[in-house]
Formats: sequence, structure tokens, C-alpha cells
Amino acid sequence: MAEVEAYLGMGGYGAFIWAAYLLATLILAGLLAQSRRALKKQEALLLRLKSIRRGDSDD
Amino acid sequence: MHRYANPSRFIRIADTIFPWAGGIMITAFAIGLYLALLKSPADYQQSEMVRIMYIHVPAAWMALFTYAFMALSSAAVLIWKHPIALLSAKAAAPIGASFTVICLATGSLWGKPMWGTWWVWDARLTSVLILLFLYLGYIALINAFDETERGGKAASLLALVGAVNLPIIKYSVDWWNTLHQPASVFRLDGPAIHPDMLWPLIIMAIAFKMFLLTTLVTRIKSELIAARVQNVQRSLHGNLADGRG
Repeated sequence: MAEVEAYLGMGGYGAFIWAAYLLATLILAGLLAQSRRALKKQEALLLRLKSIRRGDSDD
Repeated sequence: MHRYANPSRFIRIADTIFPWAGGIMITAFAIGLYLALLKSPADYQQSEMVRIMYIHVPAAWMALFTYAFMALSSAAVLIWKHPIALLSAKAAAPIGASFTVICLATGSLWGKPMWGTWWVWDARLTSVLILLFLYLGYIALINAFDETERGGKAASLLALVGAVNLPIIKYSVDWWNTLHQPASVFRLDGPAIHPDMLWPLIIMAIAFKMFLLTTLVTRIKSELIAARVQNVQRSLHGNLADGRG
């Protein structure tokens, strides 16, 4: 337990080091997730529009 | 050149790249983080704080690399009116801006305990802050118009002119007497850094590069599909107008 605490403490600099890693993780993961979500949204929209167009030409 | 301007072909290439780049990214992050946070030794001067370097330095490299990519794409936009080049630059901008924010923020977190200040207006830090403003300016310009092509020219010009900042960032530590330390990896006389610290740095750099590739192909594909959505919408409106007439 003391070992884990010593590790997390990072020689007294734990707050700075973990803040840096946490921030980088949040920014990168957030950007990738947002990019994937935007892509899925556009793909779904394209499918819907195409089916509407097909419906139009059937009339 | 225009062989790669075919959107369907590009989407196929993107679909092939994505799982590979994503897989390498996850593996590199797993190994890189293990080495950076557990295996690598503390520095004799910076002690444990050296671990921030393993994200700060790759983020800085990728901030510059992404801008160089954006500037080259913008040149292709202005010279050849290459359609995918514009979407590529547009897709790259938020990724580059994110790398720059990570670089600045982690640098700041390192600076407080090591230099005793969050920020100094030295040539390196100031030129990287300007890089962030260039990214933000590009994003603002290209999104200022409903149709990407219209804002594209102005934004591409900005990206190209802003490229002059890249050598300034790289050589700022040599040209001026900066508080920021000079280069220790890309030097004419070889890296001045122990292999135990160089390896985690290299692997984290690979992870960051694969992050760029994964996110970039996702965003370009998204832009291409958004353009198709606009085309279909336009043709639907056209049909509707014809029907009324």
C-alpha cells in the first residue's frame, strides 16, 4: 500500500504529472470520440436521404 | 495527383488504414505508457518530472508535423484546387490544435515546479502560442462560410503564410536565449538522451502519430460523406422545385 502511495506521489510531483497525463488523455480520447460520432451521424444522414430519394423516384 | 481526388477511392483507402492505424496506436500507447510511467528511470536533475516529457515532446512534434501537413495541403488547394486537399487540411486543423494545447498545458505543468512559473514569454513558448492562434484562426475562417470552398481560399492562404512560424519554433531555442532547453533528440551530433528515456519517447511519438492518422482518416471520411449529404440534399430540393413547377 505504501509502495503504491509512494508511486502515485511521484516524489512530491504527483499532482503535476498526473494532471498532465489526465489532460492529454481527455483531449485525445474526446477528439477521437467526437470525430467517430460525427462520421456515424453523417453516414446515417446519407442513408436516410438516399432512401428518401429512392422513394421519390418510385412515385 | 488527382488519382487520389476520387472520394470513393479515398473512402476505401481510409477504411483500410483505420483498423491498422488504430491497432498500432493502442499497442504503442500501452507499451509507451508502461515504459514512461513505470519502467523509465527518474532524471538526475528533474527527478520524476521528466515523465511529463513523454507526452509534452511527442505532442510538440505532432503539433508541428500536423501544421506542415495542413500547409502543404493548403498549397495543393491554392495551386491545383485539389478538392480532397481542402478537406484534409480542414480535418487536420482541430487535431493539430489539440496537440498544441496538450504541448502548452503539459509544458506549463512542468514549468511551475521546475522553473517556478507557469509561463514565460520566451521565444519558444511564444512561437508555439502563435501556432495555436494560427490553428484557431484557420478553423474560424474555414467555418465562417456555409460552403467549405468559399472560406477555403482565405483559410488556405492563412495556413500557408503561417508556415513561416514552423522554422521559427524549431530554431527559436538556438536563435534566442530561451528559458526553454535546446533540442536533445534531433541534433546533428545524435540524441543527447539515455536509451532508457529515448525509447519511451520514440514509442509515445509513434502512438501520437498513429492517433493523428486514425483521427485524420475518420475526419476526412466524415467531410467527404458530409459533402455527399449536401449533394443529395441539393438534388432533393431540385426535384421538389421541379415538381412544384
